[in-house]
Amino acid sequence: MHRLELGKALLATGIMAAVTLLTRAAPFLFFRRRKQPPLLRFVESYIPPMMMLILVLYSLKDVPFARAPYGLPELLALAIVAVLHLWRRNALLSIFGGTLFYMFVVQTNLTAAIF
Amino acid sequence: MTRSASKSRIRPERRGHYAEFIFALRTTIPVLLGYFAIGIAFGLLLQRTGYPWFLAPIMSLTIYAGAAQFLAIGMFAAATGMFEIAVATVLLNARHVVYGLSLLDRFETAGKFKPYLVFALTDETYAVLTSVRPPPHLDGATTAFYISILDQSYWVGASLIGAIAGALIPVNTAGLDFALNALFMVLLIEQWKSARSKIPFAIGGACGVAAYFLAGPGNMLIAAIISGILVLLILRTRLPQNA
Repeated sequence: MHRLELGKALLATGIMAAVTLLTRAAPFLFFRRRKQPPLLRFVESYIPPMMMLILVLYSLKDVPFARAPYGLPELLALAIVAVLHLWRRNALLSIFGGTLFYMFVVQTNLTAAIF
Repeated sequence: MTRSASKSRIRPERRGHYAEFIFALRTTIPVLLGYFAIGIAFGLLLQRTGYPWFLAPIMSLTIYAGAAQFLAIGMFAAATGMFEIAVATVLLNARHVVYGLSLLDRFETAGKFKPYLVFALTDETYAVLTSVRPPPHLDGATTAFYISILDQSYWVGASLIGAIAGALIPVNTAGLDFALNALFMVLLIEQWKSARSKIPFAIGGACGVAAYFLAGPGNMLIAAIISGILVLLILRTRLPQNA
């Protein structure tokens, strides 16, 4: 094995922790105690909705859409989540419903019967 | 979440925060499911690379960034240099800058909780904090703190379990990590319902899809964020200014 020895892995962990904290703290360090420009207010209100759609797409990035079952389990399960949520607006019900459906399809290899 | 700094200052110190804790616990159950599945996988993989059991929880305690930690497994296994590891972490985590920008105001009023809230700002915690509004009788900063620390405790706990006993877990958890996809979908619908302008969603969708095809799955997140912000800025004058 040519992996990092434990001491170096711990050092790398420390470096990664510091770098990650820096990326998270950067905006707070640079904009602290300053009157916020209107541009920042704009960013504050419009980034979260844009970001949420990007995160939904990002969470599908490893789905193999090009081969069977063409992402069908993921898309169907997401549709179930959306329908449940629009219907009852109960977050836990929506998430459990969609996830249980997805686990059932994946574990029983249900789509193999179709494709 | 309330933005009232004054309110949090006059609250009695010894009230206890049972209601906030329960609200945070209920709100973070989907994160618990998702982090459980992914955290166990992380602990198991790291342990199989040949490291002692304690490295996984140490990483989850100090780094606390899922994507970076998975990347680390590969980099540690390939004996990657420290500088390269640092650069890869910056690139992967650059999106956090954007998260912070949209939470400047909220965290400014969080008082003693602010340092931890900043440290623990993962994708999932950001998504929950910006989408879920606790009822007005709860203290916003305290609730945000509980949400953040519960999320991290799930992550640390799961990576510890994965490192010690991942191979022994009898239940088939395949597909459980879909809970995070479902969580993002639910939060998207919540944001959709409360948004004044739907244009940011269209921008996010278009830039996300374009980034997936042009930059590829590995780089899509940062590509989508940067292009999305650029488009937002270009369309700035056409959007309502006080949403």
